[in-house]
Amino acid sequence: MSDTLIFTIVVISAIGALSAVILYFVSQKFQVYEDPRIDEAEALLPASNCGSCGFAGCRAFAQACVAAENLSQLSCPVGGKETMKALADYLGLEAVTVASNTAIILCNGTCEFRPKTSKYEGVQTCRAISTVYGGETDCHYGCLGFGDCVPVCQFDAIHMNLSTGLPEVDDNKCNGCGACVTACPKMLMQLQKQMPKNRKVYVACRNKDKGPVASKACKVACTGCKKCATVCTFDAIEMESHLAFIDSYKCTLCRKCVSVCPSGSILEINFPVRKLKNEEVPVE
Amino acid sequence: MLKTFKLGGIHPQGEKLTAAMAIQPLQLPKEVVLPIAQHIGAPSTVVVKKGDLVKTGSVIALSSSPVSSNLHSPVSGKVVKIEESLDASGFKKKSVVIETEGDVWEDSISRDFPQTNFENLSSAAILEKIREAGIVGMGGASFPTHVKLEIPAGMKVDTLLINGVECEPFLTSDHRLMLEHGEEILKGTTLLMKVLNVEKAILGIEINKPDAILLLNKLAKNYPGIEVEALQIKYPQGSEKQLIQAMTGRLVAPGALPASVGVIVQNVGTAYAVYEAVAKNKPLIERVVTVTGKGLSNPGNFLVRIGTPISDLIKAAGGLPENTGKVIIGGPMMGKAIANLNIPVTKGMSGIVLLPVEAAARLNDVPCIRCARCVEGCPMNLEPYLLMALSEKGLWERAEAGHITDCMECGSCSYTCPSCRPVLDYIRSGKSQVGKIIQSRRNSASTDINTSIKPAIPE
Repeated sequence: MSDTLIFTIVVISAIGALSAVILYFVSQKFQVYEDPRIDEAEALLPASNCGSCGFAGCRAFAQACVAAENLSQLSCPVGGKETMKALADYLGLEAVTVASNTAIILCNGTCEFRPKTSKYEGVQTCRAISTVYGGETDCHYGCLGFGDCVPVCQFDAIHMNLSTGLPEVDDNKCNGCGACVTACPKMLMQLQKQMPKNRKVYVACRNKDKGPVASKACKVACTGCKKCATVCTFDAIEMESHLAFIDSYKCTLCRKCVSVCPSGSILEINFPVRKLKNEEVPVE
Repeated sequence: MLKTFKLGGIHPQGEKLTAAMAIQPLQLPKEVVLPIAQHIGAPSTVVVKKGDLVKTGSVIALSSSPVSSNLHSPVSGKVVKIEESLDASGFKKKSVVIETEGDVWEDSISRDFPQTNFENLSSAAILEKIREAGIVGMGGASFPTHVKLEIPAGMKVDTLLINGVECEPFLTSDHRLMLEHGEEILKGTTLLMKVLNVEKAILGIEINKPDAILLLNKLAKNYPGIEVEALQIKYPQGSEKQLIQAMTGRLVAPGALPASVGVIVQNVGTAYAVYEAVAKNKPLIERVVTVTGKGLSNPGNFLVRIGTPISDLIKAAGGLPENTGKVIIGGPMMGKAIANLNIPVTKGMSGIVLLPVEAAARLNDVPCIRCARCVEGCPMNLEPYLLMALSEKGLWERAEAGHITDCMECGSCSYTCPSCRPVLDYIRSGKSQVGKIIQSRRNSASTDINTSIKPAIPE
């Protein structure tokens, strides 16, 4: 009995010792040198592995940063300025400030403005419905309302508002990674430059139909009347196929376009409530 | 033992309510809407403008690329607008709207009697007439017929199959066409044989249409080379690959053309349209549409002009019953429920099925129990339960490896599922996603080639 025990212990220990020796030599022979700074740099990154920097995860981005001579082409949209500053300091490079992005939803067709004209019973995802037809409402460009954008957001920044039937972006959580942009089959999610205090002015519509058709389907559809483009003094509004588009890099948030839009499809978000001053203007 | 295809297949109830009802012409609509993409391939180029006067049979849009088709005006009248409008696909497409003012036909069309000596035309002349008439596959897929008849180099066709299977429940338009225009179908088949230069044509009809089999068997004796073959009843026998397997025993590889195994398949409706085009110079401007459903007071088979709103057809069939749950374009298996009754009749629309609320309702789906009935039923030898799960989880690479793109969306999987799972819905959405991935991969591969060529060009 004790012989068996001793024999087992000896054999197992011998195998262990032999393996250790083999492993030591193999690891010496096949050693790959890896820059220790990559681990350190990766630790500074948000570890969300979202891929919005254009690399396959945070480690790949860290590798690219360590190998790079300057950081002009490299930026972590999720970590933002602070992260890039810390990374630049660690690597002894100069941080390049890149404007961070934020997501907007180019549809404001709530249940109230855009009534449903048919009922879809199939698989309840935006991708499935978009392979079958244009959507439950008469607007074939608007939000389908099944929330494919919600689960793809790693930062819990998108939620469905059940009363409007539309998703909403939480500006404090959104890092502009762009996962929602690729998830939306109607291409309604878009990244734009983040403005001070998260203020946004944008045309919340993608309906390319002619004005009467668009406004019949949805009360807040952009009809392509061009009033906003005429009033804009910064040349920030472009018209294309009966649709206005505000270039966030030219826009100065003056909000002139918001007040002239007859259908109310231009939204102003995170602005203080307008004072009565505006109402006095026409009186003068 | 009658022939059928080997793998999979299901036996839905026939429900051929309108099989005994003669084809009746429908009165002209007040307005026709003609989507310019009624066929597979590139949309045609519109050659009319707002305000133009057109005659019945005038060209509205010309084929714009090798795979495309002409479109003719089905009525005489005035072009009132060219706009985006909804069609049976569920999406908005560019359409020409014509307001009907009488019914004046183009002079070249001989409406009642066939032109003399059309049988002596050369095969190139026949093909040209088919191309000009804008004929597409009338069975539902709407593939331009003249493209199908041009055999790719290196392939040799020895058999023409004429598809008179009509395996979808409810639909009877092909059945009625065979009974009432059998002679014309056989003449059209002879013309198609001449174009393809084949000696043999087989007309396949399922055994649930014994009257059509008897009649055509009798008529075919006068047409050398044409045989009529009775087939077992099984869905989806009307699908091209399944029909080829059933009638000739040959298997078409995934992604390959039927011509690769020496066969071309045409629908009976297409054969009839070919006869009309060649013998009478008549473009494809009307077709037979079955309007059926248990709640309808006057279901039937109607000869309608292309572009007629389906609300006209439903009115002719007795009006929309009160408890209608879904209006389906095509058969109940592969057809599509529509959201709007102003959708126009298109070249590939074989029927309109009205289902009552209780028949149309989806049952609550419960988890998959791995019974493999969908695997048994799949005629393409796929694993629908697996493709459904992969598509639900977004595992596109594995779905592609599982040949999701080979699915022809026949719906046998959803039909057999005891858990009432929307198997086909998931597969369809996965198929479109995988198709997009394949397309983008192909695009990026072609740009890679371009960039790799660049350095070789001297600066």
